[in-house]
Amino acid sequence: MKNRRSSESSEQSQSNDGHQFDRLPANADTRVVDQRPTRKEVIHWWKDTYGIKLSVWDQFTFWEKGNGKLWVCADNLPAPMEIEALGLRILRTRQNHWKPSTNAVQRFGHLATKRRITLTRKEAEQFVAGNDQSLPCWDGEWGYLIVEHEYAGISAPIGVGLYLHGELRSTVPKTRQIPLS
Amino acid sequence: MDPIDRIAPIVDNESAFRQACKRRLPSVVRVNTVKSTIRQAKAALDAESIDYETVDWNPRLLILDKQGPGNLWPYFHGWLHGQEEVSTLSAIALNPQPGERILDTCAAPGSKTTHCAALMNDRGLIVGNDNNLGRLSALRANAERLGLTNLAITNQDARNYSIKPFQGTSNASDGFETFDRVLVDAPCSCDGTIRKNPDVREQWTKKHMNSITHIQQSILQRAIQLTTPGGRVVYSTCSFSPEENEAVVDNVLTELPCQIMTWKPPNGFETTQGETQWNGEMFDDSLQNTHRVYPHYNDTGGFFVAVLEVTA
Repeated sequence: MKNRRSSESSEQSQSNDGHQFDRLPANADTRVVDQRPTRKEVIHWWKDTYGIKLSVWDQFTFWEKGNGKLWVCADNLPAPMEIEALGLRILRTRQNHWKPSTNAVQRFGHLATKRRITLTRKEAEQFVAGNDQSLPCWDGEWGYLIVEHEYAGISAPIGVGLYLHGELRSTVPKTRQIPLS
Repeated sequence: MDPIDRIAPIVDNESAFRQACKRRLPSVVRVNTVKSTIRQAKAALDAESIDYETVDWNPRLLILDKQGPGNLWPYFHGWLHGQEEVSTLSAIALNPQPGERILDTCAAPGSKTTHCAALMNDRGLIVGNDNNLGRLSALRANAERLGLTNLAITNQDARNYSIKPFQGTSNASDGFETFDRVLVDAPCSCDGTIRKNPDVREQWTKKHMNSITHIQQSILQRAIQLTTPGGRVVYSTCSFSPEENEAVVDNVLTELPCQIMTWKPPNGFETTQGETQWNGEMFDDSLQNTHRVYPHYNDTGGFFVAVLEVTA
């Protein structure tokens, strides 16, 4: 019998149940599940890493399902929730380097003020095809970058690239890769 | 039995109807306003040198001069979603509002669900349900590509849908017991999709149709039970068959507290009123306030839509 969110939730920490959606705690003081990221950590991570304002997330709730997979939802709903999907999968946590999802970056990446890299049309096509490419043009910190291209008059985020040793590795999921050229 | 021959006698301008059923459908995309704007989507099609025409009754719909938007940048960006023109009627009739709680009982692969989500400006909640796990994966993929945060997905039999996952504990303020609006885009015999799937003409059988009308009735009944009094239920199919349309709606009018609402389709979109009798069976007079769409009216597929208000 699951009773993880009962009002008399125990002081003892609990392990994550990967089969259900559970709300992220507001902050470390209200954390019950071991090592679960908090809402505060998540929104500050987006601000510190990509410069996305904290207020962007005011109207959203954050959830974990699976080991470290975070989801963002437009509604305020009761937890836990045993359903198939809830909102948009945005972030992979519970590992040294948190990784944003392709779809999160396509939806929220335009609000970022740093760690954005612009590709040429040919480079962008290679990126969407899932190919890694040598791009010694980034002089910022290594790690996950928001990859975009100038397209139809705007800077359009494409996905997430892992930049290491002068190489941009595509993290576009296989199911999203398409031949554009 | 040929589904077109069966229905032709009740269609006005039978020869135009038969001619239209033989023509291929144009390729139509809906602009996903959650991630883009109509202007932005048009700029993308210009960049791809693809000619398009705006649908005159719905500025979010664009008719492309080539088949399938799949391998294009605006599709990858989630700015466009391929959707048959007539199928946008369901979400327009449901008229979901930002912040409301909505259920789509038979959601996969999700064209109508994601259209609802966009009409809600990605606020509130739309629950996309389907009993078929394989089809649900298509709904999930579409929802993610379109960037939706207001969509929850469940895998239940719509005939006895349980709202339990959303109720929460008895003292929780964030749970809810009923939906503001429910869409039933019912599984049907699909004879209205003949322009997309010409094979349906050979494959259609009355036996199969009769076997699904009970399912349609059960899903619609459950939808009405799940809706807040004063709320709206839309029942739609892509079938011409009165057995799957007016007869199903007529059945719930006598069984449950609901009534058919008068609803006006968008300006410039032609429909005709629902039937009030078929094969000797009489339906309630209010069935004339439901809408039939034949392929020759607006150069689309066939469709049926009924808008119901739950009264208690």
